[in-house]
Amino acid sequence: MYDNEMKLEFLSKSSNEAFARITVAAFASQLDPTIEELADIKTAVSEAVTNCIIHGYEEMEGIIKIKARIIKNTVEIEISDTGKGIENVELARKPLYTTKANLERSGMGFTIMESFMDDVQIDSVLGLGTKVFMRKKIKKHIVELAEEEFASIGGVS
Amino acid sequence: MNINYIKKDKQLIVEITEDIDHHIAEKIRRKVDDEITRYMPRKTIFDFGRVTFMDSAGIGMIIGRYKMMKLIGGSLEIVNVSTTTKKILEMSGINKIIPMENKMEVG
Repeated sequence: MYDNEMKLEFLSKSSNEAFARITVAAFASQLDPTIEELADIKTAVSEAVTNCIIHGYEEMEGIIKIKARIIKNTVEIEISDTGKGIENVELARKPLYTTKANLERSGMGFTIMESFMDDVQIDSVLGLGTKVFMRKKIKKHIVELAEEEFASIGGVS
Repeated sequence: MNINYIKKDKQLIVEITEDIDHHIAEKIRRKVDDEITRYMPRKTIFDFGRVTFMDSAGIGMIIGRYKMMKLIGGSLEIVNVSTTTKKILEMSGINKIIPMENKMEVG
């Protein structure tokens, strides 16, 4: 079984959004996810990284850190900034809520993360930064695990 | 970044050829608004046939252009939307106000 980890650090430039999601997706692809699962991961990462750039650093230069882990059939992703922090996390999670409507932000970022990943946790301290933790189980793997288990208890496949 | 335009009978077809994230959406927004202001179409059609990725920045970008078209008395439509992009558009509810066709006849 896989157990793996990677860390990524980059400047909060919007041109790095594609770099970040593609890199995390490449790492997660070790779990052999479906195209749809991979698209979900890419989208969630893109949302979290965009939040760091627009909200955390308010488009000024800062460092964004990503830590990704593979534990059995689950991928865990931690995306953090040391920017301004979120005043009201509960409100920020609400669909269509945005503090940047003037930038044509839809307020769907956290909603998308929540619906595309199995688990989303937000840790934020005003003035210190925000850390988003997300987890997704790669379902395709469950079938394989079940098959392996079935074989190990003497089943015929 | 490359955007293809087809203009015919006061109809503006905008073909996006890249993944739509916050970085790209800002560029699309500037370029397309410029094109709309100059051509003043009755209808703007976004062709998403070559878009393989879109996040919530796309939602904001589409709503912004929808508002702009309304302002000049026109309409907005989206064609050739992929399954993953559709998922995001449906989540935002904009599929209820903006028509989405699967196939587009060019001609």
